[in-house]
Amino acid sequence: MEAFVRLDGLVAPLDRANVDTDAIIPKQFLKSIKRSGFGPNLFDEWRYLDVGQPGQDCSGRPQNPDFVLNQPRYQGAQILLARQNFGCGSSREHAPWALLDYGFRAIIAESFADIFFNNCFKNGILPIVLPAADIDALFAAVNATPGYRLTVDLEKQLVERPDGAALPFAIEPFRKERLLNGWDDIGLTLLQADKIRAFEEKRRIEQPWLFSA
Amino acid sequence: MSQQSPQTLYDKLWQSHVVLEQDDGSALIYIDRHLVHEVTSPQAFEGLKLAGRQPWRIKSVVATADHNTPTDHWERGIEDPVSRLQVETLDANIAEFGALAYYPFKHERQGIVHVVGPENGATLPGMTVVCGDSHTSTHGAFACMAHGIGTSEVEHVLATQCLVQKKSKTMLVRVEGELGQGVSAKDVALAVIGKIGTAGGTGYAIEFAGSAIRSLSMEGRMTLCNMAIEAGARMGFVAVDQTTIDYLKGRSYAPQGDDWERAVAYWRTLVSDEGASFDAVVELAAADIEPQVTWGTSPEMVVSVKGCVPDPASFADPVKREGAERALAYMGLSANQPIESIAIDKVFIGSCTNSRIEDLRAAADVVKGKHIAANVKLALAVPGSGLVKRQAEAEGLDKIFVAAGFEWREPGCSMCLAMNADRLAPGERCASTSNRNFEGRQGAGGRTHLVSPQMAAAAAIAGHFADVRDLA
Repeated sequence: MEAFVRLDGLVAPLDRANVDTDAIIPKQFLKSIKRSGFGPNLFDEWRYLDVGQPGQDCSGRPQNPDFVLNQPRYQGAQILLARQNFGCGSSREHAPWALLDYGFRAIIAESFADIFFNNCFKNGILPIVLPAADIDALFAAVNATPGYRLTVDLEKQLVERPDGAALPFAIEPFRKERLLNGWDDIGLTLLQADKIRAFEEKRRIEQPWLFSA
Repeated sequence: MSQQSPQTLYDKLWQSHVVLEQDDGSALIYIDRHLVHEVTSPQAFEGLKLAGRQPWRIKSVVATADHNTPTDHWERGIEDPVSRLQVETLDANIAEFGALAYYPFKHERQGIVHVVGPENGATLPGMTVVCGDSHTSTHGAFACMAHGIGTSEVEHVLATQCLVQKKSKTMLVRVEGELGQGVSAKDVALAVIGKIGTAGGTGYAIEFAGSAIRSLSMEGRMTLCNMAIEAGARMGFVAVDQTTIDYLKGRSYAPQGDDWERAVAYWRTLVSDEGASFDAVVELAAADIEPQVTWGTSPEMVVSVKGCVPDPASFADPVKREGAERALAYMGLSANQPIESIAIDKVFIGSCTNSRIEDLRAAADVVKGKHIAANVKLALAVPGSGLVKRQAEAEGLDKIFVAAGFEWREPGCSMCLAMNADRLAPGERCASTSNRNFEGRQGAGGRTHLVSPQMAAAAAIAGHFADVRDLA
């Protein structure tokens, strides 16, 4: 996983609540057995005027000109600005895979759905929760300012606005450390293999029925 | 010895699975049961292989193919080559690594993973249960700590038998009283979501309690816990009682003999202690809950069948107002339209929410001796598993459905998420017993209304939404 330390990026606004993972990456693309290549199908049903199929070349498909990510001013965006309950619904990790493959490294929202939030950290994407008033102000600024950029500093836990204001955000220490270092979760957990084994043996004695073969 | 303060069921489940608490505020939590299906596992097995790691305890795995499998013409196999490859990849991974149980495509016990686990006794009280599927919360019906995970965590559990977790807050949802006739666990679930919202449970583990919950069968409790994720909760669960124990006795992977007695004694402790405190409490009166119908593109957009589509202008919050406007445009509905006036094109009875025997019985009871309305193009009854299907057929339910104009299908996830051929065409409207009414969920441009099995059956007969209580 790529570490996340500091990001200066163009911001794209997605002004709706309850954006679900079916919208982020529709079901037909879940048939893939790979973790890469989902970017062209990010927000497929909103982004294109036809129905996409897995494996299809998307370069010639008719784009929906009204969809925000299709507007020229947001090309190359790395920070997605969203509303409440972003990423609700299915646990599909294809959603963060698609966002990452498209180029997003940070998502700023009023709140996130739990499984999606977790999945972001496994893929080097930083989900940032800010208060509603800050989110409203950011939407206003992005809409009013072509080329609007933000800087995200994970070490300092700040979103820095171009006007010099800095918005603090919270993050759990274990998530921060892993993301800053790009650590492999499985490798870290396996450092505790002796403790896992000891726990398991105790459990096998206390509740043998859990270990039927 | 100092007196211990009263604990919630969640406290007990959490504490019994902590391998270690780490300095950074996280805990390593041991996983007892790992359910696996074809969609969210291939990349996890591949990751394991690429890293040269072995599964920690492969006998914790129960696997089945459900999302991609067709529900008719099984003799033709899986015709979509992309779907077929995914299912064959699961076959190959299980062949290579093993499992406690594997129910592949066409196996007599194959079915939806959240139906298959409990009915085979592979879900037992006090377990941690995970699966790369958000509706894993279903297993909370057995007083399990059960939740969905992403594919990276599937790989993590395969490799370490653990997850790095932070303890959730606790919410008690108490429903007291008796549910009215024609009102089911699905209506309770939708009423709770309507009350607290789809993000109302975010950060919480929900315990469902109260006399109305205790009166539910295990099937009903599974329906309720299944939908906890739609309220944003990490998990939902119900304490152990006699209903739980009676359900489990004699199932394939349930303990037997002395182990059974020991297990039952332990399971009976899996209740919240008297006086235990919760971070939030939500109360509903069972008598106030009516059959529910969703009108929008989020499960919180729900009203009673006797109600009307709301006017977006009635929402004070501008984000909610805009969401309602967008939902009405997508759903092809207008403000203040009575729910019972909305005509439907298709009916889907199935999914991990409502495809168990009790669901099929309830729907069959409504359609028996009647026929679907002329405007209903397709009505599907899709049992949750091979075992459910054979039980239903033994009771003659298949014949009732077929005589009423339904198609009786093979088990699978089917039109809940439309990964296989069962789906809505653009603009088609469906009365569905599934769990999500998101845009495009049942097929691009499709319009989903979530209801109970009884209400889906009533809509099939009437051709529009109808109060099942009026049909009796």
